[in-house]
Amino acid sequence: MGSGALTLRAFVVKEIRHILRDRQTLAILILLPLAQVTLFGYALRNDVREIRIAFVDPKPDHATIALRSRFAGNGRFTVVSASSTSAGLAPLFRRGGADVALVFEPDFAAGLAHGSTARLLLISDAADPNTGSTMQAYASAVIAGYLAELRAGNAGVRIIPQIRMRYNPTLESVNLFVPGLIALVLTLVSALMTAISLSREKERGTLEILLVSPLRPWQIITGKVMPYLLLAFANAVTALLAAWLLFGVPFRGSVPLLLAASGLYTMVGLALGVVIAARTSSQRAAMVGALVGTMLPNALLSGMIFPISSLPDWLKAVTVVVPARWFIVIARGIMLKGVGIHYLWDELLILAGMLIVLMALAIRSFKPRLA
Amino acid sequence: MRTLRFLLRKEFLQIVRDRTLLGMIFMMPLIQLIILANAVTFEVTSARMYVIDRDRSTMSLGVVDRLTASGRFIPTAASQSLAAANDAMLDRGIDLIVVIPADFERDLVREMHAPVQVILNAEDGAAAGVTRSYVTQVLARYSAELGTSVRPALSMGGAGRVAGSPATGGAVPSSPSAGPMIDVQRRGWYNPELNYRDYMVPGILVVLVTMIGTLLTAMNIVREKEAGTLDQLNVTPITRPVFIAAKLIPLWVFAMIDLALGLAFAHFVLGVPVHGSLVLVFFSAAVYLVVALGFGLWISTIADTQQQAMFVAYSVLLVYLLMSGLFTPISGMPGWAQWLAELNPVAHFVELMRAVLLKGAGLADVARPLGILAAMGVLMLTLAVRSSRTSQ
Amino acid sequence: MSVAIAVRRLTRRFGDFTAVDGITFDVEQGEVFGFLGANGAGKTTAIKMLIGLLAPTDGDASIAGFDVVTQAAEVRRRIGYMSQRFSLYEDLTVRENITLYGGIYGLTDAAIRDRGRALVEQLGLAKAHDRLVAALPLGWKQKLAFSVALLHEPTIVFLDEPTGGVDPITRRQFWEMIYATAARGTTVFVTTHYLDEAEYCDRVSIMVDGRIDALGTPDRLKRQFDVPTLDELFVRLARPAGTARAPV
Repeated sequence: MGSGALTLRAFVVKEIRHILRDRQTLAILILLPLAQVTLFGYALRNDVREIRIAFVDPKPDHATIALRSRFAGNGRFTVVSASSTSAGLAPLFRRGGADVALVFEPDFAAGLAHGSTARLLLISDAADPNTGSTMQAYASAVIAGYLAELRAGNAGVRIIPQIRMRYNPTLESVNLFVPGLIALVLTLVSALMTAISLSREKERGTLEILLVSPLRPWQIITGKVMPYLLLAFANAVTALLAAWLLFGVPFRGSVPLLLAASGLYTMVGLALGVVIAARTSSQRAAMVGALVGTMLPNALLSGMIFPISSLPDWLKAVTVVVPARWFIVIARGIMLKGVGIHYLWDELLILAGMLIVLMALAIRSFKPRLA
Repeated sequence: MRTLRFLLRKEFLQIVRDRTLLGMIFMMPLIQLIILANAVTFEVTSARMYVIDRDRSTMSLGVVDRLTASGRFIPTAASQSLAAANDAMLDRGIDLIVVIPADFERDLVREMHAPVQVILNAEDGAAAGVTRSYVTQVLARYSAELGTSVRPALSMGGAGRVAGSPATGGAVPSSPSAGPMIDVQRRGWYNPELNYRDYMVPGILVVLVTMIGTLLTAMNIVREKEAGTLDQLNVTPITRPVFIAAKLIPLWVFAMIDLALGLAFAHFVLGVPVHGSLVLVFFSAAVYLVVALGFGLWISTIADTQQQAMFVAYSVLLVYLLMSGLFTPISGMPGWAQWLAELNPVAHFVELMRAVLLKGAGLADVARPLGILAAMGVLMLTLAVRSSRTSQ
Repeated sequence: MSVAIAVRRLTRRFGDFTAVDGITFDVEQGEVFGFLGANGAGKTTAIKMLIGLLAPTDGDASIAGFDVVTQAAEVRRRIGYMSQRFSLYEDLTVRENITLYGGIYGLTDAAIRDRGRALVEQLGLAKAHDRLVAALPLGWKQKLAFSVALLHEPTIVFLDEPTGGVDPITRRQFWEMIYATAARGTTVFVTTHYLDEAEYCDRVSIMVDGRIDALGTPDRLKRQFDVPTLDELFVRLARPAGTARAPV
């Protein structure tokens, strides 16, 4: 196997040179993922920062004005309109001009003064139920604060929850997204590039030349894939650096373990790329397949944005085959929880298993060519 | 125009002959739509709870009881050891730890208030936030309940219907005495059942169609460059606008079909409402697709290899998609990002779709995003036409 | 005899590098003109300027009386082109390729049908009419590409290395097609590596380092430089520095 190893090395060197020569693509391959992680880290937030509120106040009195000024004075709220009828509300909401609306009844202050109940209608744009209920909750809090002041001294029984968010005390969105972003970015280089590179050779017929050479299928695949592994790895490192330096994302666990896991995940992506290249009929199809087939599952089924625990059971089962899902658990575990390999055996083994299965598939797909 | 007819025929033939590609154009969006429609939710159905009850009183048991009865918490384990609980959480066996301190009941009766410690696993932040509000809600209700029983003399009938707010996570004035009270009626417009799916599905559909459309156009012209047939075409009397039109139309048609199929599926199978005008939806889609596909074509005219074209297209798409307000709200982004969103056609189209489908918005309501998309469409096509037939 | 192609001090620079350095020549209507030169001598750049794929940095050229830069649309209607890679669509059938190019050049449906059928019969491809071009052997592809380039009966046809990688018999057949074309009055402007093919041309030019160092009929050039074959002449001219220049 001595000469075999040398041949493989020559092959790998050639592949690396090939990539290095395409300066433009290389620059893009390294810088773009970095730019993306930076961009998304700063931009993607799940928080609600500004709530646009509209008032409908048919008969303003001291109470309604007091409550309204509480909203106006609250940094989170921006008053977009105040009118005396609800006629304009529907069009306003349809245009997307307001997030919540507060409709007072005509004798609001009177209702409060006489110990009877004053009525308020709190309307929120619940098209997005998540932000809708959050905004509603914030508005309710302002109202409750106002009421508490009125009722000072009449407090009842209170159970006070002291809530701590472990591993991510501030619910910093970026801490949650970064592992997922890295997974997305790694997938780009690994699955995509490999799929394209291989299918291009297939299309051009140069792959046949390789298959006829002394190189065995696994050597060809390894050789083709090796440079992208290095590239993806470089990407992962730069992305993690960006996360740490720019966003202060914690790294409570073992960094070498994280890097090793990233390497493993990348290899799974590469193997996937090979399989896609083998199974598609053209470079075009390979690209579309690799992209469309990995991007949305990575974004939506990996737990990156939407928690896996929220999924219906059958879908939870589906996520098992999404490699990013396991990587995110590992990455979050190492970065946020600081756990060691002891707690992550399952996930690592699953990724390794995926790698083996995919590689076997890949090699098998190329073998028939020789027959 | 006759030239266009011949070119169109060629383009259609080339796409239709590629079996796997054709399958991908039609099957992939549908399959993904089915799967992903079910994936998008922040609902937390049940959280596994570890209970450390140091008080063992009626009231502490009541806390656990109320939490369990809400259906959202499953008592998974209990002990007196915080260390064991922490370990269980590290191992992801449980989602939250509830620690009720000793003297809980005594404090409640005597001081009228007592703390309960709740440690949530925020490794998966979104879920943690939702779980937090559930916890505060349950505790608030129990507080109110206790208020009427602990101080019956002070209650004036009816539990306090006050705007309790989960977000403050704390003081909920309950138990009415001779004091003012506000009854807050809440209405969630457009989505009474708070169905996240209806909100997300149109967006996912847009994402799928955009990806396929833009990627295919991005590779289209480069492919001819690589094969050498582009030079051949450049030498013919074909004018640039005709050339770009021929590249645009076939994929545009396929994308529209995709979108129509997806919408039909979303509406009839998934039950996504269509409150507004379908004509408006399709018209807007037509405009939007010109932008998305025109962009792909533009990339295709300046890239040298299919690999390059695809890589650039994907990277830009990724940015567009993640920053479109589909997954995270635009209102949550920092100012500069919101400004950038103005340049993002996906953001505009998603906003438009949601407005028309879920809110029943009309042409006047969506004039702004539609106008922006139209302008972008013109821009994209102009760029593509200008830079086609580039010499070295 | 009218002038089909008129080139005056045509120049193309890429930054510091001058690929084509002020070449001047004419091609008569109905000629078979061989445009020769070593790799990198500037042949492809020159031909690209003539057919409108590249803009000249200096000088001008006209085809069938129309300026290649200002009257490009007129030029395109009157020329045919066969690129180095035979540029037919591999994933379309023979018939579909013919239909496409016929339509692009404005032939009526009837004309496309008739000429297409004649073309296919002449080439002996009748049985392959509905097969994908990808399935054809190289020689057939090449002959088909040439015929398609002539479908719209252009006054001038440009052939860029048309016989690369094909067996000698097919090359011979191809040149017979070229003669037949020229006999009909079409000007054939062909670049080639094969110096034996150069002997078939009415006139040839040899480009070296962006300039034309020899221009004339094969016989005259051989006498002028006192060489037995054009091959010999080519080797001599293509040597760097100290190259002899023939009076044009």
